[in-house]
Amino acid sequence: MSILKVEEIGIAFGGVKAVDNVSFSVEAGTVFSIIGPNGAGKTTLFNLISGVYRPRRGRVILQGQDVTGLEPNRLARCGLSRTFQNLQVFFRMTALENVMVGRHLKERRGLLAHLLALPSTARQNRESAEIARQLLERVGLSDYAETPASAMPYGALKRLEIARALAAEPQVLLLDEPAAGCNPVETEEIETLIRRIADEGMTVVLVEHDMKLVMRISDRVHVLEQGQTLTEGRADEVRANPKVIEAYLGTHGTREASLALG
Amino acid sequence: MRALLAHRLAAPVAIALIVVALAFILPSNFYLRVAALVWISALAVIGLNLLMGFAGQVSLGHAGFFGLGAYAVAVLPAQFSLHPLLALLAGALVCGLIAFVVGRPILRLKGHYLAVATLGFGILIAMAIANESWLTGGPDGMPVSRLTLFGWRVRGASTWYWITGALLVLGAWLAVNLVASPTGRALRALHDSEVAARVAGVDVAHYKLIVFVISAVYASVAGSALALVNGFVTPDSANFIHSIELVTMVVLGGMGSVFGSLVGAAILVVLPQVLTTFHDYEHLLLGLMMMVIMIVLRSGIVPSLAALIRRTRP
Repeated sequence: MSILKVEEIGIAFGGVKAVDNVSFSVEAGTVFSIIGPNGAGKTTLFNLISGVYRPRRGRVILQGQDVTGLEPNRLARCGLSRTFQNLQVFFRMTALENVMVGRHLKERRGLLAHLLALPSTARQNRESAEIARQLLERVGLSDYAETPASAMPYGALKRLEIARALAAEPQVLLLDEPAAGCNPVETEEIETLIRRIADEGMTVVLVEHDMKLVMRISDRVHVLEQGQTLTEGRADEVRANPKVIEAYLGTHGTREASLALG
Repeated sequence: MRALLAHRLAAPVAIALIVVALAFILPSNFYLRVAALVWISALAVIGLNLLMGFAGQVSLGHAGFFGLGAYAVAVLPAQFSLHPLLALLAGALVCGLIAFVVGRPILRLKGHYLAVATLGFGILIAMAIANESWLTGGPDGMPVSRLTLFGWRVRGASTWYWITGALLVLGAWLAVNLVASPTGRALRALHDSEVAARVAGVDVAHYKLIVFVISAVYASVAGSALALVNGFVTPDSANFIHSIELVTMVVLGGMGSVFGSLVGAAILVVLPQVLTTFHDYEHLLLGLMMMVIMIVLRSGIVPSLAALIRRTRP
């Protein structure tokens, strides 16, 4: 069953078509990767799907419902969450509080109860903190729980964003370069984490530059070049596609690349 | 000790202890009166700090709400013989409503643009108060009838000291409760990254509006309290300079620090009184001290000192 469908979506900035006529469909519970050279429009495509940008044309269908152009906070209610390539962490809050913000939609929000610190608010805080603690443990950040995010290393912040996104219990999770800037050990941890998330039935849409990671983990791969779809298929199909190699390395490098990839 | 300082209720408890302790230390009615003025300013500053320090939205027009609160307890009892307490509540309600209506369009703006829009709003209120002489007495201001509670006439520096002190402790308590709640987390989140807050499901426009309304109500109640204590109101309470003073108190004491709100208010209310002994150099010294404080303690007095203590005592 298709849980997320993108139909002929497009946006232009100052006459440049950043994303042009892109369509794909993601099956529930799979890992779907979007790859492409720098500037191919991967992050822009993410911003269109997650409501950060409003598409000029095309539609986004989430669980059978047209959600095109909905605000990110409305999309969050529909079960979509994401992380960011350039970190969007709440730096003045602790790691635990960052993840607790991810619980926002699951929290009871009575202003009067909050102002008066009624027992229900204390209960709610405890509940959110408990779930946030479990999620920090799951991404391997338990030791940082009370640390201000501003004092955490880069690799840890990447995982913190994943924990915060998971806190919302989304059906579809968009990960924008979760392994960018991470060392091999951290990359491996993130790979294991994504795999476990997918095994639990969550749908993962991934933008990632680490090709080895993408090829190992993805059920399907969608390739973009200059805002347009180049091809789509299973990981092994895409890897062997000469057009893909050409897009990455140029015609010049094609022969060497095909030799290298065997 | 550190766990104690980090506790949610540390700020309101510390403020309550200071209010009680000073009552026994301060030698005369004059000092009690100055202290009451500090408590009132601090109340308005806590509200503004929720908006600026926690949610990261600036307002250069908060004296407008302060002035509306002040004039509510002056005008409503005089014109409609409303009880001053009801007038205070009515003022708070009206300020909340105005903040709700005005906040919707202007909170879409960010940074300097929001600063200028709120500035315009504040000036508008100040001009309305100064010009509508038939209602407000114009530039000369107007008297405020005395507060009577169940036949007891509230008067005397010491009485007002306790009433305003209690109001401040209540305001501080509500503020720290809010900050530690899901609403508070949403506000602090949108301060750091609006887009990440929205992705987490936070309706950013809605939460900005909530905190704007709350801070307006704080300013209104503080304004009403000042009018009742002084027994007189002038348009100065609503003017631009007062808005700037409130913002300065927030920044000086420390953005995002409830206790810092009291420190900032205390410095800006008490220092000018102390510095009068230097006659001609009063303003020069005040300006210099503020500059030095901001250069040395750049996150504001309380957060900077707290960070210093954390670093020196592991």
